[in-house]
Amino acid sequence: MSKEYETVIGLEVHVELATKTKIFCGCSTAFGASPNSHTCPVCTGMPGSLPVLNKKVLEYAVAVGLALNCQITRECKFDRKNYFYPDNPQNYQISQLYLPICRDGWVEIDTPQGAKKVGIHEIHMEEDAGKLIHDEWEDATLVDYNRSGVPLIEIVSEPDMRNADEVIAYLEKLRLVIQYLGASDCKLQEGSMRADVNLSVREKGAKEFGTRTEMKNLNSFRAIARAVEGEKNRQIDLLESGEKVIQETRRWDENKETSYAMRSKEDAQDYRYFPDPDLTPVSISDEFLEEIRRRQPEFRTEKMKRYREEFDLPDYDIEIITSSKHMADIFEATVALGAQPKKVSNWLMVETLRLLKEQEEDPEDIRFSPENLAKLIRLSEEKAINSTVAKEVFEVMFRENVDPEQYVEEKGLKMVSDEGALRKTVEEVIAANPQSVQDYRNGKEKALGFLVGQTMKAMKGKADPASVNRLLKELL
Amino acid sequence: MELLSLSAVELATAIKEGKTTAVEAMQAVLDKIRQSEELYNCYVTVDGENALRRAQAVQRRIESGELTGPLAGVPMAVKDNLCTEGLLTTCASKILSNFVPTFSAEAVLNLEKAGAVLIGKTNMDEFAMGSTTETSAYGATKNPRNPEHVPGGSSGGSAAAVAAEECFFALGSDTGGSIRQPASFCGVVGMKPTYGTVSRYGLVAYGSSLDQIGPLCKTVEDCAVILETIASHDEKDSTSVERQDTDFTSALVKEVKGLRIGIPRDYFGEGLDPEVKTAVLQAAELLKANGALVEEFDLSLVDYAIPAYYTIAAAEASSNLERFDGIKYGYRAEAEGLHQMYKKTRSQGFGPEVKRRIMLGSFVLSSGYYDAYYLKALRVKAMIKKAFDDAFAKYDCILGPAAPTTAPKLGESLADPIKMYLGDIYTISVNLAGLPGICVPCGTDGRGLPIGLQLIGDCFREKQLLQAAYTYEQLRKEGGKADV
Repeated sequence: MSKEYETVIGLEVHVELATKTKIFCGCSTAFGASPNSHTCPVCTGMPGSLPVLNKKVLEYAVAVGLALNCQITRECKFDRKNYFYPDNPQNYQISQLYLPICRDGWVEIDTPQGAKKVGIHEIHMEEDAGKLIHDEWEDATLVDYNRSGVPLIEIVSEPDMRNADEVIAYLEKLRLVIQYLGASDCKLQEGSMRADVNLSVREKGAKEFGTRTEMKNLNSFRAIARAVEGEKNRQIDLLESGEKVIQETRRWDENKETSYAMRSKEDAQDYRYFPDPDLTPVSISDEFLEEIRRRQPEFRTEKMKRYREEFDLPDYDIEIITSSKHMADIFEATVALGAQPKKVSNWLMVETLRLLKEQEEDPEDIRFSPENLAKLIRLSEEKAINSTVAKEVFEVMFRENVDPEQYVEEKGLKMVSDEGALRKTVEEVIAANPQSVQDYRNGKEKALGFLVGQTMKAMKGKADPASVNRLLKELL
Repeated sequence: MELLSLSAVELATAIKEGKTTAVEAMQAVLDKIRQSEELYNCYVTVDGENALRRAQAVQRRIESGELTGPLAGVPMAVKDNLCTEGLLTTCASKILSNFVPTFSAEAVLNLEKAGAVLIGKTNMDEFAMGSTTETSAYGATKNPRNPEHVPGGSSGGSAAAVAAEECFFALGSDTGGSIRQPASFCGVVGMKPTYGTVSRYGLVAYGSSLDQIGPLCKTVEDCAVILETIASHDEKDSTSVERQDTDFTSALVKEVKGLRIGIPRDYFGEGLDPEVKTAVLQAAELLKANGALVEEFDLSLVDYAIPAYYTIAAAEASSNLERFDGIKYGYRAEAEGLHQMYKKTRSQGFGPEVKRRIMLGSFVLSSGYYDAYYLKALRVKAMIKKAFDDAFAKYDCILGPAAPTTAPKLGESLADPIKMYLGDIYTISVNLAGLPGICVPCGTDGRGLPIGLQLIGDCFREKQLLQAAYTYEQLRKEGGKADV
């Protein structure tokens, strides 16, 4: 490479909002229902039906906008984006072009060079489309309108990112803020968060932007990082060989780790945007804005600060726990039930993360309740179970959110605290292992460990190892 | 008792008094339809058997004292762009030739709740685009006053059905005059309420920001009663307005003393038929003679209304009609591949006037033309509203014709669409400004064709309009020939 290049990246991020009902009708947004069961005349585009804005969508959009330091448009409008496709029952999508709900915001990301601001150009509200399913057998295409009308916000950044790390940091930040707000679960794999990458390269120091491409179909942070790297190299190669970058939309193929052109700017459709006459302009009152401001949750930075002050925890623990709103919620609720913060943290940091990794799940997927975690910690503290049993119980609780008290009771896992029974077993072990007893008496400390093990085995693990130790020493 | 000549309110009273029944009334209407429908073609669908069954059910509820309102038991017709659950709703288009809605329009439900009984669905210009009811895919409707002439449009089937006594009243929709102009041509009463007064839920949209549902009927009293019944705040329609003043029948008072009436000079210039002009001005004289203060004024901007209207209505229509694509419901053409199917379905499913407006609307919204056409039209719309605001600072209502001529002959209008568009000149600004307007008969021309008087009010001033119209109607009835 003869010249030095700079990569310029902007993102368009679609986030599916966590409302119970759709954006313009009362249908459920629940995932996984049988095809077309969550539909009505509005979200299937029946003649004569009319959209009515779900106020919760507006609340979430404004909350996200405020969290991303945006200006809120006090009189915003919805526009129709016209294009023919069967997943779009009206053949227009209700979106916002001329007066989006939020504009001119920013978020701060961490980079090796320090904190950096990434600008937010705008956030707009819109409806999702249905899903086409091609039936190869019948050679027919079927359409499921359950997703039609599910609320989305699109967050459009300024072209402020310069490499894949910054892109990932930006996305992580968005995800965290939105999860903290409860506005979405932001799962890339399930499509509740989708990112399109706009990327161009230019010679270092150049003032003008290069020609950009838009990359679609990026379903994971990994894919995004690879696509950024791949597209940057593709464009630099083109420029180096004297060719031009064509403004086009490209589709990333994660399996082949390459992208291909979907359509060029010349094929771009004219969407004939115009204000939707079925929806009146949305006026945001001072009271509404104040109410949303008042309801904003404690975000991560504040939470970390509070944890440092309230709980005696290492910074590392705080960082991990607050990296997921769901995990932080479980932590706080468990502590509120009386568990010691460091113990709660340990369960989350060690066993929980280990099992999540094993199952390829996110902290958002944690299913056990704070009540059950608190119970488990109590059982262990009261020495009703030993640490090995506690881990076993935790695994079951992690999978099925069982009540540990009940589980321990049912499975008979409680430690035997009956001194007489334990003493009897220890005596039997001593009688059955004369060699080890002899070794110990001859000063071989290791032999004691063997005898403890034998006792635990005989007790089926339900003994407190410390008591076993004490009794053995006493009887020998 | 000549049942069919009764007004809706008179019929409901007769039913309540036991002089007749909802079933008898329905039977009479169905007999009349059987006799004259072949000539007039007012209906796309007559739901005869079910209509009788519905009438029987309503009659029982009247007898049990459950239904007591002024429309209980009255047979009604509904324009075929209003959804009716379980009953074919075609918008007079081939593309919806097999479309049966799963729900009824809010206005229809409100009437059914009041005990009105649906007869069937009336003919119209395809998707309400036209001024003659000749663009229907199911044949033109004839004017019952003279079947060589059109009934007007687009609610021509509804107006004609009232005039031909094939119903006691009908619902229409008015985007640029589609209720008032056919009312004028057929010699019946028709009213377009203030935008937002009647829910549009269930009305198949043409120009969403202009469409309003309203009554076509025999008397101003019927008009007030029907409007009172269909006006409702509907949470399913974001543009629906919450009003506390929908007791329209309280305005049925014969009194115009001190009523300030403005006559726009712009409405009486070139292009207005002299006979229409004379009849309308005589109506103004009659009101003046009874105490109204009548004065001429310049409304201005009248010439800009038509281009602004056709830009906005066509733009909205081009988008509203995109859903008719052969995928989900309606007509589907056989073709290879998705895009061919779209093309063929829409080419074969829509008629020429609809295609013309879709093309016009797509053009004015396309990038590069949006500002020059669509946005400019919106600015003109705002200026027209302002001109009316200024007028209503001085006058309680504005008086003029509903159409420049009486009903043209069949076939005359479609040959020259521009001329047909220009015929909407007196009705169109009312939609652009969202105002209420009423049309009442005020005479006939030399050939015996009806002439309509249009009264326009400020937003939410329907009561003033109804009072003026009611007074005029009563004076005309009493004074006999005073105005003709």
